[in-house]
Amino acid sequence: MGVDGRNDDASRRTRGLAASLRRIYATFVKELIQLRRDRITFATMIFIPLLQLMLFGYAINTDPKHLPTAVLVQDDSAFTRSFLAAMRTSGYFAVRSVAASEAELDRLILSGAVQFGVQIPAHFGRDLIRGERPAILVVADATDPSATGGAVAALQGLSANVFARDLIGPASSLAPRLPPYELRIHRRYNPTGETRLNIVPGLMGTILTLTMLMFTALSVTREIERGTMETLLAMPIRPVEIMLGKIAPYLVIGGLQMTLILTAAKLLFGVPIVGSLGLLIGLTMLFILANLSVGYTFSTIATSQLQAMQMSFFFFLPSILLSGFMFPFRGMPGWAQYVGEILPLTHYLRIVRGIMLKGAGLQHLQADVLALAAFTLAAMSLAVARFRQTLD
Amino acid sequence: MAEATLRTDPPMAARGSQAGAAIVIDVEGLTKSFNGRTVVKNLTMQVRKGLIYGFLGPNGSGKTTTIRMLCGLLTPDSGRGTCLGYDIRTEADMIKRHVGYMTQRFSLYADLSVRENLEFVARVYDLDDPGAAAEDAIRRLGLENRAGQLAGELSGGWKQRLALGACILPGPQLLLLDEPTAGVDPKARRDFWDEIHALAHQGLTVLVSTHYMDEAERCHEIAYIAYGELLAHGTVEEVVANAHLSTWTVTGPDLAALAETLKRTEGVDMVAPFGSALHVLGRDADRLEAATRTMREAGPQLWRRDEPTLEDVFINLMSRSRDNF
Repeated sequence: MGVDGRNDDASRRTRGLAASLRRIYATFVKELIQLRRDRITFATMIFIPLLQLMLFGYAINTDPKHLPTAVLVQDDSAFTRSFLAAMRTSGYFAVRSVAASEAELDRLILSGAVQFGVQIPAHFGRDLIRGERPAILVVADATDPSATGGAVAALQGLSANVFARDLIGPASSLAPRLPPYELRIHRRYNPTGETRLNIVPGLMGTILTLTMLMFTALSVTREIERGTMETLLAMPIRPVEIMLGKIAPYLVIGGLQMTLILTAAKLLFGVPIVGSLGLLIGLTMLFILANLSVGYTFSTIATSQLQAMQMSFFFFLPSILLSGFMFPFRGMPGWAQYVGEILPLTHYLRIVRGIMLKGAGLQHLQADVLALAAFTLAAMSLAVARFRQTLD
Repeated sequence: MAEATLRTDPPMAARGSQAGAAIVIDVEGLTKSFNGRTVVKNLTMQVRKGLIYGFLGPNGSGKTTTIRMLCGLLTPDSGRGTCLGYDIRTEADMIKRHVGYMTQRFSLYADLSVRENLEFVARVYDLDDPGAAAEDAIRRLGLENRAGQLAGELSGGWKQRLALGACILPGPQLLLLDEPTAGVDPKARRDFWDEIHALAHQGLTVLVSTHYMDEAERCHEIAYIAYGELLAHGTVEEVVANAHLSTWTVTGPDLAALAETLKRTEGVDMVAPFGSALHVLGRDADRLEAATRTMREAGPQLWRRDEPTLEDVFINLMSRSRDNF
């Protein structure tokens, strides 16, 4: 009754992989047209990554030099002059002011006018010659440890041989002796310690996380808010087909962003790609897919576009802070590292830094690639399970 | 409750004897509630193939909820049924393949053009040549000049035409139209109904909800639903006859004052102004006769026996249902 030959024919047509692929393609084309028509979003996708790359790539430096320094000189000897000269040539210190008293030195530090205060006490030269080991006081504003870390380390290296030229003749017995061994340090992959070599590949990860997350997070909620979801649900299309069709255009966009960032990294920032470019592209696409699935999952859980945005930010912040992008991953306590291990950005940072700077191959990155793939699969399954197929 | 007396359908066994009248929608005892509020209560209905079935009722009466349950967009709390022979609970996939559902609110993509919207639908339903199918639909709808226009920029009437076009594009066997003519001008409404009749003539079954009484007259059969309950169904004539309302039409001077008096009179169940006349109705013909005798004889108004309109019937059904609510 009611079911005639046509229906059986039609049922055959709704099943099968080919029919499924055609429905995914239908959604893909629809999303692509909508995307193209939304000029602002489209522009955002291209300009946000470029702008952020320029801004952060050039701006962020974790090893700052020429830090403002105040000196309080109470001794006028060759040693004092040598010490101050050595400080200056280290590149970390720029003497901005000469304090007249300890109180003034304190005030300069407290007000933030200088990062360092150096006090060379009275009779420093005389006491030094007498072998009394007089103290030079260096006060650092360590509210931001990473801002002073490099300078303090340089200062410690400095004290070993700063007076070598002054300690001659009878005073030569005071000159520091060489340790009975030699310490050789190889700063591999980034010998000059350039921050941008660390930051620019990382930026690719954060920029892709932010943009990919946002775009898909809005995709399902937008259909609900505009009322088009009812028509979509009344059509013979499966949740997984809708998801893949909606994600696919953003894979293209993500690929475009990746190309832009990689080109800029190479041409503007001189970041090398030591490893395989093909592997880098392939794994970056996997990372893009991972983020798209997270965004899409949020989209199926949120009831409004605002909620979806809030969820994205809830995910984005830990991604930046716990992934090792901003702060050293190994510096975090165990539990924080566990949280970090869940985030796709953590694994991607290892992958992108590994390939670009260290020339790592797939065999070195296995664990991270598997983690990314597992994450993507889990997020997609959750999204499909969460997708409301009815209006209940 | 009232259902047993209002049901005019033949019992299950007799149904097969109706020549060529396959049942397209056959549901029994559908109930749906949201947050503890029952929106559809124990709804039973049958719709035969090829009919235009009008689904009438005031706003919030459960029409949309019922339609959504029929096409698998909502799961009923209880009750069972089939749509095109497919179970509405378990075979929603197949129902979606063969049912065209036109939502109350325009729900195609406003940022896609007319052609792109139709092509999307054609692709999702996996038609052989989506481009050609969309072009055909555009020609049939008379949208040639607007094919490239964004759907969101169309006027209300054209939006509605497009939505109907998208519904019938995949060649469905059943159309579920949820208040398709709301907010559409009279000319577009008439064209729309002509189209519906043409489709029904080709063998399509159409369930159309509306709250316009004049549209009820264009349906082969109607059902009236209020407060989630199906209160009456059948042809318009059957529904009017089954209401058993005794009706008088009063014309003349001072009708407003007379209406006030009549409303307080025992045996008069309904008084409704009707153009320049007054409709006076009662469920019990004898009591109405007795109650109005003195007024009829005293004048100066002119009293005339009449037939109740569909609207009278519905308002009566609604007020009676509210008393029971």
